[in-house]
Amino acid sequence: MIEIKNLHKQFGNLEVLKGIDLTVNRGEVLSIIGASGSGKSTLLYCINGLESIQAGDITIDDIRVHDPKTDLNKLRQKLGMVFQQWNSFPHLTALENVALAPRIVKGKSKTEATEKAIEQLRHVGLESKINSYPSALSGGQQQRLAIARALAMEPEVMLFDEATSALDPELVGEVLDTMRMLASEGMTMICVTHEMSFARDVSDRVAYFHQGIMEEIGPPEQLFNNPQSAHTRNFLSKVR
Amino acid sequence: MDYNFHWQPVFRRLPELLLAALDTLQVAVLAIILGIILGLLLAVLKMNATGKLKPLNWFARSWIELARNTPVLLQLFFFGFGLGALGLHLSPFMIVLAALTFNCAGYLAENFRGGLQSIPETQLRAARSLGMSAPKAYYYILFPQVLRNVWHPLTNQIVWAVLMSSLGMLVGYQELAGSAQYFASRTYRIFEYFAVVAVIYYILVKLILALSRLVAWRIFRGQGGV
Ligand SMILES: Nc1ncnc2c1ncn2[C@@H]1O[C@H](COP(=O)(O)OP(=O)(O)O)[C@@H](O)[C@H]1O
Ligand SMILES: [Mg+2]
Repeated sequence: MIEIKNLHKQFGNLEVLKGIDLTVNRGEVLSIIGASGSGKSTLLYCINGLESIQAGDITIDDIRVHDPKTDLNKLRQKLGMVFQQWNSFPHLTALENVALAPRIVKGKSKTEATEKAIEQLRHVGLESKINSYPSALSGGQQQRLAIARALAMEPEVMLFDEATSALDPELVGEVLDTMRMLASEGMTMICVTHEMSFARDVSDRVAYFHQGIMEEIGPPEQLFNNPQSAHTRNFLSKVR
Repeated sequence: MDYNFHWQPVFRRLPELLLAALDTLQVAVLAIILGIILGLLLAVLKMNATGKLKPLNWFARSWIELARNTPVLLQLFFFGFGLGALGLHLSPFMIVLAALTFNCAGYLAENFRGGLQSIPETQLRAARSLGMSAPKAYYYILFPQVLRNVWHPLTNQIVWAVLMSSLGMLVGYQELAGSAQYFASRTYRIFEYFAVVAVIYYILVKLILALSRLVAWRIFRGQGGV
């Protein structure tokens, strides 16, 4: 459903992605691991068109993301994204955070958007926080709120950019559990992560990024137990 | 000290003074509303220095510089006598309104720019990732947060506009201070008139501050106030 062909991305003279080829199938969970600065976040931003690309092609269900004729606002409704920095909207309650986009982007009625939002908040275990503002939520709760907010748009793919990296260790579990739940529900997911056990247990495939190149990709057993590339072996020996 | 206070003539004119206070409020409120709209525009133009907007960027910068770094009195004289010398004669009301708007827009533009820049860029990214167009993201996500950031400076600017409008008497605008000047010159109760008028200004400002606090409490209380 997502097809990336020979993707090149530069910031000025800095080449951040050096020819990425990658296909993600519907219902698949792909984890991306790799050292910081290897271009993982940039890849996600290119997929939903928040960053431009210099060469290559990304298609989502045969829609070319970087075609100037593509309506990105429409396309992004298919792609939910959760960021490393929790960025719930601080001036809105949890309920409004989730209900806003369905209302103003999809044109749903206020009642329908509210009902859906409550359902999503329940889904991620925040039903008791409906009327709380983000400032009253923990980091883990804010990340779950961000997940609910993305899910309310009924996306077909979820992109996670180190959703747990900025959290205190004791809060990581609840967010990973929510991501596990989504995976078990059959959501297509691309998860940039430093949580190796999550990548190992939940993913269908794991990709290792090294300096803008996808060095290796394969099922978790293969990538973790029998890595083919010396770079991958080196990286794994450091994180374990 | 053989000056005898006579308050009676002043109190007799109280209804007229209060009506003049409404003129003061009117010109100040109009200037603030126009100043907010133009200030937002100037802020956005100042932050965009590329492409087609380049000449406008220069224009916005000059406006902001002049408004903030020259005396209000001279700004007022520019719209009065300056434009008059060029053959463009505005009514006293329009002169005051134009000068106050020019000044408020310049100050507010800098406040808005600061307020916008203190919002993390990730807020815009998150909004866009949900499929919001840029105008929707600004309207629903960024501007409400800017409003909270600039609430105090905005309130101060409203107070300033009310107080600065008193300069209007120098170009013949009969607002509160101007009316007091007029009555005082006819009755020679100069001290009494200006004392009463000062009290009226004081009460106006206190009312504005109270209103500002009330509105802020209504809209920001959930977020922990301003
Ligand atoms: N907006 C930007 N402008 C310039 N350089 C950037 C920008 N975003 C990322 N980079 C650079 O691109 C490289 C890859 O960044 P990123 O995709 O964030 O890596 P990762 O997510 O794997 O840590 C880094 O060297 C980073 O400094
Ligand atoms: Mg990153």
